Amino acid sequence: MFVVTSAALLVGMGLVMCRALLGPTAYDRVLALNNIGTKTVVLIAVLGFLNGRPEFLDLALAYALINFIGTIAVLKYIEYGDLGADSRPDGAVPEGFRPGARSDGSLPDRGAT
Amino acid sequence: MNRAVWLWGILFALWVVLSWHFTTLLLGFGVATCVIAVWVAMRMGTLDRESVPVHLILRAFAYVPWLVWEIFKSNVRVARLILAPRLRVDPSIVHFFASQRTDLGRFIYANSITLTPGTVTTGIVGDDFEVHAIVQSEIDGSEENDMNRRVTWLEGEAAP
Amino acid sequence: MEQTVTVLSWALLLGGAFFLLTGSLGMVRLPDVFTRMHAAGMTDTMGAGMIVVGLAVYNGADLVTVRLLLILAFLWFTSPIATHAVAKAALSGGLRPYTLGGVGAAADGGGGARDDGAESAEGGVPS
Repeated sequence: MFVVTSAALLVGMGLVMCRALLGPTAYDRVLALNNIGTKTVVLIAVLGFLNGRPEFLDLALAYALINFIGTIAVLKYIEYGDLGADSRPDGAVPEGFRPGARSDGSLPDRGAT
Repeated sequence: MNRAVWLWGILFALWVVLSWHFTTLLLGFGVATCVIAVWVAMRMGTLDRESVPVHLILRAFAYVPWLVWEIFKSNVRVARLILAPRLRVDPSIVHFFASQRTDLGRFIYANSITLTPGTVTTGIVGDDFEVHAIVQSEIDGSEENDMNRRVTWLEGEAAP
Repeated sequence: MEQTVTVLSWALLLGGAFFLLTGSLGMVRLPDVFTRMHAAGMTDTMGAGMIVVGLAVYNGADLVTVRLLLILAFLWFTSPIATHAVAKAALSGGLRPYTLGGVGAAADGGGGARDDGAESAEGGVPS
């Protein structure tokens, strides 16, 4: 049954790859890429069972995290053209923004939470 | 302080599950790593109700099964839509009201909406959610009201 | 007992494969990026979820099952955030959702990240 599941995963990846190649916008491609990544995670897990090597699950776990970060990174690059950009287009810090401030606006007492 | 202990416990459990080696050296590395992580979180001031929401754990056990059932139902609905020979999509942007009082509650509600296929949260302004729905006419608000009520219950008392 | 476990894991794996293939078909069939997100959400939630739970049922209660459920938790936490990020980026990039009225294409002069100038409502109005 693992063979059937992996075949379904591969066919699904092929279909989504068509969408990644067809486009038409960059967002379609990113979405397809993210989807292929999710399928890859599941495929790694299924292949681990197919080969009787459950250690593959660690790879799947790592890939799940990399896939998410990769999607966000590509989206940020598309939107700002620069991975190091401030997340606001004008680079402005919103008024009253203090790193680490609590929701009521007070700064935490360092070390004595 | 309580939350620091909770966070340390969760991180260390993750370490043990992922490594599953019980030599003194590796367990010691695990303890030290988790202590450093908790210390950094403390210095960043992120040990609050939002970042370490341990007060939700008990209620989450009731919420998650309901959410999974909702996800299953809407999956079947979208699957029928896609497999129908004639594509009957009627997408549009609809607006939902969110009654949660904290950002964490709104985050959970928005993610629950996105997790159920057929609705994707595209923007949040205050308590107004902008949601893209694949079939406008199927959104009568009753299901979303139900989900909204449950997330508000899950959230519990609002943060001070 | 053993037979029940086998049948249950079979059912879960095949059900997951069904939702996965349907979602992939939706990615090809649906008219624009916003509607495709619903299909992508289908593979991320029920497709991946049922397959991973099926593997866990097949495996029985041990460490591997805990890791499988950990993978599922990560997937279910990250997938709505990624979907929302795509939706938000597409909206701020000037794309407007396809509607039955045929508005489909990008806003005037928006452009954004459209990379080959094709209509975003490619596939046109469903027949």
